[in-house]
Amino acid sequence: MIRAAFLALLSHWLRHPLQLVTLAVGLALATGLWSAVQAINSEARASYKQAEEQLAGLAGARLGPMEGSISLEQFARLRRAGWQVTPVLTGNVNFGDQAFDIMGIDLLGHPLSAALITEQGAPDLTALTPPGLLFAHPDTAARLTLLPDSPPLRAVEDVPRDLLIADLSLAGRLLNQSHQISYMQLLPTQRSGLQPLAELVPELRLDASGDAADTARLTESFHLNLTAFGLLSFAVGLFIVQGGIALSLEQRRAMLRTLRGLGLSLRLIVLLIAAELMAIGILSALLGLAGGYLVAAALLPDVSATLSGLYGAQIERGLELRPSWVLSGLGMALAGVFVAGAQTLYEVSRMPLLAAPASQARGQHVRRSYRLLAIAGVALLMLGAVILLVSEGLLGGFAFLSALMLGAALLLPQLITLLLSLAQRFTRGPFAGWLLADTRAQLPGMSLALMALLLALAANIGVTTMVSSFRLTFTAWLDQRLAAELYVTVRNDHQGAALQDWLAARDIPALPVRRADLRYEGLPLRVYGVVDHATYRDHWPLLDAKSDAWDRMFRHGAAMINEQMARRHGLKPGDDVALQSGWRAEVVGIYSDFGNPDAQAIVALPTLLAQIPGVPNRQFGLRVPEEEILPVSKAIRDAFDLPADAITDQRTIKMRSLAIFERTFVITAALNLLTLGVAGFAMLSSLLTLWAQRLPQLAPVWAMGLTRRQLAATELLRSLLLAAMTALLALPLGLALAWALLAVINVAAFGWKLPMYLFPADWLQLFLLALLAAALSAALPTWRLSRLDPADLLKVFANER
Amino acid sequence: MVLSIRNVTKTYPGQDPTSAVLRGVSLELAAGRTLALTGESGSGKSTLLHLAGALDLFDTGEITVAGTALSSLSDRERAALRRTKVSLVFQQFNLIPSLSVERNVALHAQLGERWDPKWGAEVMDRLGLADLRSRFPDQLSGGQQQRVAIARALALRPTLLLADEPTGNLDESSSAKVMALMLELVRDSGTALFLVTHSRSIASMLDQQLHLHHGRIE
Amino acid sequence: MNARSWLIAACFLLPMPFAAEAQGYAGLGSRAEGFAIPRPNTPLKFPEDHGPHSDFRIEWWYLTANLQSADGTKYGVQWTLFRSALAPGNEDGWQNPQIWMGHVAATSRDRHLFAERIARGGTGQAGVTAQPFAAWIDDWQMQAQSDGIADLKLAAQTSDFHYNLNLKAEGPLVLHGADGYSVKSDLGQASYYYSQPDYQVQGTLSLGDGPVKVSGSAWLDREWSSQPLAADQSGWDWFSLSLDSGDRLMGFVLRGENGNFSSGTWIGADGTVSALAPGAFRAEPLETTLVAGREIPTRWSLVLEERDLSVEVQALNPQSWMGTQFSYWEGPVEVSGSHSGQGYLEMTGYE
Repeated sequence: MIRAAFLALLSHWLRHPLQLVTLAVGLALATGLWSAVQAINSEARASYKQAEEQLAGLAGARLGPMEGSISLEQFARLRRAGWQVTPVLTGNVNFGDQAFDIMGIDLLGHPLSAALITEQGAPDLTALTPPGLLFAHPDTAARLTLLPDSPPLRAVEDVPRDLLIADLSLAGRLLNQSHQISYMQLLPTQRSGLQPLAELVPELRLDASGDAADTARLTESFHLNLTAFGLLSFAVGLFIVQGGIALSLEQRRAMLRTLRGLGLSLRLIVLLIAAELMAIGILSALLGLAGGYLVAAALLPDVSATLSGLYGAQIERGLELRPSWVLSGLGMALAGVFVAGAQTLYEVSRMPLLAAPASQARGQHVRRSYRLLAIAGVALLMLGAVILLVSEGLLGGFAFLSALMLGAALLLPQLITLLLSLAQRFTRGPFAGWLLADTRAQLPGMSLALMALLLALAANIGVTTMVSSFRLTFTAWLDQRLAAELYVTVRNDHQGAALQDWLAARDIPALPVRRADLRYEGLPLRVYGVVDHATYRDHWPLLDAKSDAWDRMFRHGAAMINEQMARRHGLKPGDDVALQSGWRAEVVGIYSDFGNPDAQAIVALPTLLAQIPGVPNRQFGLRVPEEEILPVSKAIRDAFDLPADAITDQRTIKMRSLAIFERTFVITAALNLLTLGVAGFAMLSSLLTLWAQRLPQLAPVWAMGLTRRQLAATELLRSLLLAAMTALLALPLGLALAWALLAVINVAAFGWKLPMYLFPADWLQLFLLALLAAALSAALPTWRLSRLDPADLLKVFANER
Repeated sequence: MVLSIRNVTKTYPGQDPTSAVLRGVSLELAAGRTLALTGESGSGKSTLLHLAGALDLFDTGEITVAGTALSSLSDRERAALRRTKVSLVFQQFNLIPSLSVERNVALHAQLGERWDPKWGAEVMDRLGLADLRSRFPDQLSGGQQQRVAIARALALRPTLLLADEPTGNLDESSSAKVMALMLELVRDSGTALFLVTHSRSIASMLDQQLHLHHGRIE
Repeated sequence: MNARSWLIAACFLLPMPFAAEAQGYAGLGSRAEGFAIPRPNTPLKFPEDHGPHSDFRIEWWYLTANLQSADGTKYGVQWTLFRSALAPGNEDGWQNPQIWMGHVAATSRDRHLFAERIARGGTGQAGVTAQPFAAWIDDWQMQAQSDGIADLKLAAQTSDFHYNLNLKAEGPLVLHGADGYSVKSDLGQASYYYSQPDYQVQGTLSLGDGPVKVSGSAWLDREWSSQPLAADQSGWDWFSLSLDSGDRLMGFVLRGENGNFSSGTWIGADGTVSALAPGAFRAEPLETTLVAGREIPTRWSLVLEERDLSVEVQALNPQSWMGTQFSYWEGPVEVSGSHSGQGYLEMTGYE
């Protein structure tokens, strides 16, 4: 009995294979994009985790100084109060002409020390006593040329690249800091009942996470972005699925009644339909997972390029089939099917056995439900506004975006209805009148697809506007920041002085790039000292400055700070800032500084040198005429015996930076197009599903004297009309989205706000693209209509109930 | 008695009780007999048929089908009754559009787990459907579709066949032909037939005729 | 190799290749280049000698206590601070070559909890001052409440046990060997060694199930040297016993390939101190227990003929294993036989 009933239900799909295909493909697309995003995310996270494990004890909570370094006394105070902390000393050491970051740890207590000796043979106490022992990754070790008097080196896989590790004793000798601590790391196990840190060491600052966790925090915004996109395409896909399921029920309504008449219980029918949905769900999910895997595999290289370009996080692995995202994909597909099918199942369960003729009432019902949708939409938009007002940060930003998008989508049917009735009021002529009325009648079947199209178009406009605005700003900023034509890095200060003399002798203006790394309120702060040169006054990308900012900086020891620092600490021109203890400077300007998560400041070079003597003098920006670039760099290279990469010309740097930028947004563009594709498909599937209901509506018009070609043209026209209206409504939504991305999400994620530029040419292009999608999706029904056998139209009259 | 209706009343929800559809209807139908119920539109004859088919609920009285009193049945038991004992033929054929003729015919009997391929083939044969077995409903004429619906109903060998204007969509000549075929098969399978029609001529083809007027048998 | 072996070596090895020669237990039997060597006829000076002797390679402040709660339940408590120098010297900061290691333990008949802390010198995280006397590592401390070491506060807390004890010395310091010069082998290896064997203890102790008021007696050992073991000596069995007669006995056996070396000190109830001649103190294991994968003697027969002493010593908790970076057995014992009493037993070098 169940078999026969199930087969009868399924027979519908055999007679309507296209419907099944759209349903399955819609779900597969949704699942595919979702699981692709999840696959990429989980791969990236696994990568971070591996890196974190590699860095073993590098991550975790830290205690850092507000400024300067931590004293031995502060360390002992904490230990004697029972806190398990271990000291770390960091700095920069030179071996010959190479500079390396060094991290001094207590080999007797730091978690990392276990890894340092894991692969070695007998313990070697030479690391604790002179001359000591340096640990480095084999790659780093290969680059390091040891001098006769430098300490022995041991290559260890578990040391992060480009970092030397040594016992505190050796690090202290190399850095000449045997009484300082850069920061203290909190060990994982602490006993209970300890005196709070804030009481013990109020002068220190607790950073809940270290470097690796920083990566996680920074990249989290990126992954949130991806997830949002995945969810968006999933939602768009669900519109298709919902439409498909609803249609399949609509068409089987009579069949279900008959089956009940033949003695199937309602419960069984609902169960069977659920089973059918489940089967379709699993099938589509598998399809989608396969597709998602391919998409993820194709996108992963770009993602890793993005992540390393933006955040310095490395993904060093291929794509793996992880149960986490496979299961999440399956789960989402099934959950999606049931969300999409819930209404259908509910309707089936409420379906009376005997049909009640109530077709007229339906129009009323539809009109009321549009009004309800619109009210819900407005409520959502208002909720979004409230979220924006009260919450800060990334999550608030995304909540606002979700409310904005969903609210707008819910408003769409009502808005289109309004537009159509407005148009009806101003049209004359029976044909146009019929077309508008018919379009309005079609709206219920199309509204889901149109919502999907609206979301996809708006996302497209929003993201394109953001990326293009970003690119414009970024290029302008690059031009400003990289004003010098040549950048030279020499080996040491001595060589630096020699180069300055050499350049002076040849009348080549040189701008030394000298900097000191300090801490401001416990966070890293890099202070550059610059010389008074027109290059800065003309090109520096100031966002906000006092009128005589440059003079105050060069004459009176004032400072300019980057946007990140200003935002994070609420600083504005005119404020005083303590760059170091005993060094207060007036903030006279704020400049934009993209791609840098940390605080930065510039001061006059003499000011910097007066405060921090001995700042390295090894980097120079050279102003040389275009045609002199090559000869000058060759001359410098020869005169100072510098390696090729010590001299970079501005164009190369710009090219590299822009390349990183472009790769960063490749993913976004790809996902954008895919989403639009899904929306186009949603249109196609709803037009196809409407097909069967079209004939009874078209037949009378045909009988009244319209040709089939005219009917077909009408069909196309109507699709274009709906798509055009949707695209028009998508524009303001897209711009709102762009604004939110630039002014809310970016500020929360990166700490900088971007100006918004408008790109009407892009909109026109997108508008045309939407029309093209509509035309393409209407092509098949139109073609069918133009080739329709008149007998089929006649049948409508013959068979009408 | 295969069908016994005793003093049944029925009012639709929201309807004034004084204008009830059925106001105490009683009738009986013995095994293998045929009964025609005539009446104008709105006289309640279709409603009575739906009640006999356990498709709808009545307010008072009792209906017994093949020894089972309907008033005490649960939804599931009523479905089981329809699946195994009662067949329905409607004016609108109610075929499953996505199933072939053959599958449509077999469907009810298969649902009731009483499918006998030999009997099914005979029914189809006698209704002239043998050559149409692999067609789909939308490829058939109205008369052909109704013959498929009758074949589906009789393939079950139901105790009781309920028919509501089975030839209402057919022209006069095919209507008479279909009726004759149905009555012949009904007799051969020992099924009792309860038929609702507004046509006196069709009613006259049956053993017994009753007339329903304003919810009462006259 | 793991972090653990690194630390063993770090704490108790000279900076020289590890496997070069038989080192003896925890490297104690190695040469003492650059370090001071104990010399006989060097009178100990107090309070200075309560403090650290940075020119010597190793040193410890070693306190054990036999305690009892009001209901008669027996406990043992250990508080030890070791100092080990990678090189002589004690300047401030990261160049300080001193390494400190703390061990604490609390033992009952069925539980034995212990913990360990390691610190490098030169930061103030761990250290010892002579006047006023204080020894500490992290939040574990032994601190004098008046001059000298006759009145101490002792505290340690870990995530699973803690104690807070007040110690008052009833008698004078005891100098072992020849006025504190204690010979450790027939070849002349020696250490400076004195004790305060007679503390009365009051305080609280918690083994994770709430604080218990306890009282009893404690014994403090102070010893420093640069090379206490001969090259062939692999470990020792060391007893400190307080007998009910009022007498006390410290006796040790250093186990060596070329025969054992035993010595000790008898402290009469009247306070008279007499060093035992090498070999006079005899200890024979009677029964072993499987502890941490090795057979460890947990019941001993002790004989000291000159004092008519012939007793059995039984571990209160045979599983008193200190599973620290370098591990050993240390726990309270009960004495019966010709004399009765209690004390502490330490056994090292069992592999």
